[in-house]
Amino acid sequence: MVEMEAVELEQLREKAKKIRLLTIEAIGNLGVGHVGGSMSIIEVLTVLYYSQMNVDPGNPGMPGRDKLVLSKGHAGPALYATLAEKGFFPVEWLETLNQGGTNLPSHCDKNRTPGIDMTTGSLGQGLSAAVGIALADRLKKHDNYIFCIVGDGESEEGQVWEAAMAAAHYGVGKLIAFTDYNKMNIDGYTRDIMNLDDLGAKWSAFNWHVQRVNGHEMAEINEAVERAKKITERPSMIILDTIKGKGCSFAEGKLGSHNMPVSQQQKNEAIAALNQEVSSGR
Amino acid sequence: MEDKDMRNIYSDTLCELASQNEDIIVLDADLSGANGISEFGKKFPERLINVGVAEANMVGIASGLSAGGMIPFASSFACFAARRAFDQFFISSNYAKCKINLVGTDPGISALYNGGTHMAFEDIGLMRSVPEMIVFEPSDIVSLKALVKEAAEVPVSTYMRLHRKGTNRLYDESEKFEFGKGKVLADGSDIAIFATGFILVKEALEAAAYLEKHGISAAVIDMMTVKPIDEELVLKYAEKTGAVLTCENHQVSTGMGSAVAALLSEKFPVPVCLHGVKDQFGEVGDLEYLKQRFGFNSVKIIELAQKLLLRKKTA
Repeated sequence: MVEMEAVELEQLREKAKKIRLLTIEAIGNLGVGHVGGSMSIIEVLTVLYYSQMNVDPGNPGMPGRDKLVLSKGHAGPALYATLAEKGFFPVEWLETLNQGGTNLPSHCDKNRTPGIDMTTGSLGQGLSAAVGIALADRLKKHDNYIFCIVGDGESEEGQVWEAAMAAAHYGVGKLIAFTDYNKMNIDGYTRDIMNLDDLGAKWSAFNWHVQRVNGHEMAEINEAVERAKKITERPSMIILDTIKGKGCSFAEGKLGSHNMPVSQQQKNEAIAALNQEVSSGR
Repeated sequence: MEDKDMRNIYSDTLCELASQNEDIIVLDADLSGANGISEFGKKFPERLINVGVAEANMVGIASGLSAGGMIPFASSFACFAARRAFDQFFISSNYAKCKINLVGTDPGISALYNGGTHMAFEDIGLMRSVPEMIVFEPSDIVSLKALVKEAAEVPVSTYMRLHRKGTNRLYDESEKFEFGKGKVLADGSDIAIFATGFILVKEALEAAAYLEKHGISAAVIDMMTVKPIDEELVLKYAEKTGAVLTCENHQVSTGMGSAVAALLSEKFPVPVCLHGVKDQFGEVGDLEYLKQRFGFNSVKIIELAQKLLLRKKTA
C-alpha cells in the first residue's frame, strides 16, 4: 500500500479547498446550480487529477492517457474547476458557466470542454460508456485506467447494473468506478426515494472488487485507488461516503441542494468560510 | 457475390471491413445468431461484443468504444435498437458525437411471428428526429453491401433498417451508391412511386410493370436513404410526373413518405398519396397475411396509383 506523505496530503487539501472555492464562485456568480453533488465529489476529483491520473493539460487528447467519465454529469462545475486549476483551460472560463455560448455547460460535454472525456447528463449512461472506452483502450493496447463517478441516486437507473454486469463479464480490470454516496436524491433522502440498501453487497454480487471509504478523506481515497489498481482481472468500485454540499455553508447536508438558487450573500459567506479554512490551515 | 440472406451479406461485409481496418468492432444483444453476425464472431472473436439482453447498455458501450477510437456496428431487432435504446443513442452516441452504426433488424412486418411487440413501424421516425445522422434501408444485397461500407466511412452515426432473412438482387454489382441519393429503378412519366425497403421496392416494381401494360407510365425510385432525403430526385420526379406515391413498411406519419410530403408541400406541391401504416400497431402473422393486412403488395399499390392518377387529372 502506498501511503500518502503528510506534505503531499497537505498540498492536496489546499488544492481541494481551491477547487471548492472556484466551484462555488462559478455557481454563485450564475446564481443557480448543482451545488450539492458538485461539492460532494471535490476530494475524489482532487485525488484523481493531482495524484492518480496520467493526463496532460497541454494535450487533452493525449493517446494512452487516463480518462474520467463523470457519469453524474450535472456535477460538471466541480470538474470544470478541477480542470481549470489543473491548467486545461483558463480559470476565467469558469465565469462563463452556463452562459450562452460557453464552453462549460451545466452537464459535461466532451466536444466543448478540453479535458472532458465523455459527454454525460442523462443519468445511468456513463458507466456503459466507460466500459466501452476501457474495452477500446484494451484493444488498442494502452496501459491506462478509466475512472468513472456514478451518483447514488443515479444508481437507481437499470443501465448502471447492465454496465456493471458487462464490465465484470468482460473482466475490465482497468475500470475503477466510484459511487458518490451522499445519501440524497433530488426529492429527498435516497433511503426514502429508492433504498439502495447494501450498496457494497450489490456491487460485490456483480463480481466487482468493492471498497468503502470516507469520500472527504483524500488519503483514504488515494489508498483505495492504489488497492484497486492491483486488481487486474475485474473492475473496482470504491464507494465514497460523502456529504451533499460538503464545505458549502448554505448547502452542506441539506435536502434541496441538488440544484438550488444561490444568493450573492450565500456565495460570499461560503467563500469567506472557505477562505478562513485556507488561511487557518484547516 | 453469392446470393445469400441479407444478414449474411451484412456479416460478410463486416468481415471484409474488419480485415482491412482493425478499428471495426461489432456488438449485439443476444441476437448475434439471428442477425447473422455470429459468423463475424468466428473470424474476429475479439471484435464481437455480445452484451446479453441489454440494448441500452449495448448502445452505451458502443458509444464508449467510439470515444476510444473504434468504429462500432451494433445490432438488435429494430424495436429494441431504436425504441429501447433511443435515449442512449440520442445522448451517448449522437449528442456526444460518438459515431456508431446502429442496425435495426426485422423492421415492420418482417417481424412476422414475433408479432406486435416486435413490429417496429416507428424506428425510422425516431431516428429521423435525431440531428445530423443518416437513416437508410437497403432493398437488396448489392446496395446493402455498398452502404454498410459507406456507413463505416462517414463521420456521423447511421441507422440501418435491415430485413435480415431472404435475398433480393435489384442492382448490378458495378452500381455505385451514396447516402442521400435515391436510385431510379424504372423510369416513367405519369406517376412517381418512391419506395423503401426489401419488400416494397420489389412490390412497386411489379406494380409499375402492371401499370405499364395498362398504358400508365410509372417511375419507381428506391429511396434507400430516408435521411437526408434526396431532394433533387424527389423534385425532379414530382415535376416530371405530377403525381407522387410513397410506399413504406412504416408509419406514414414519421417515415419516408412524410419526408417526401414535407419537401413537396414546401417546394413543389403535387397530388401525393402516402402508403404505409396509418396509426396502427403491428400484429402477428405470416408474410402473406401481413402484406395483405397492411396492403404491402403490388395489388394495393396499383389501386392507390390509379386513384392518385384520378386526383392528378382533377387537380
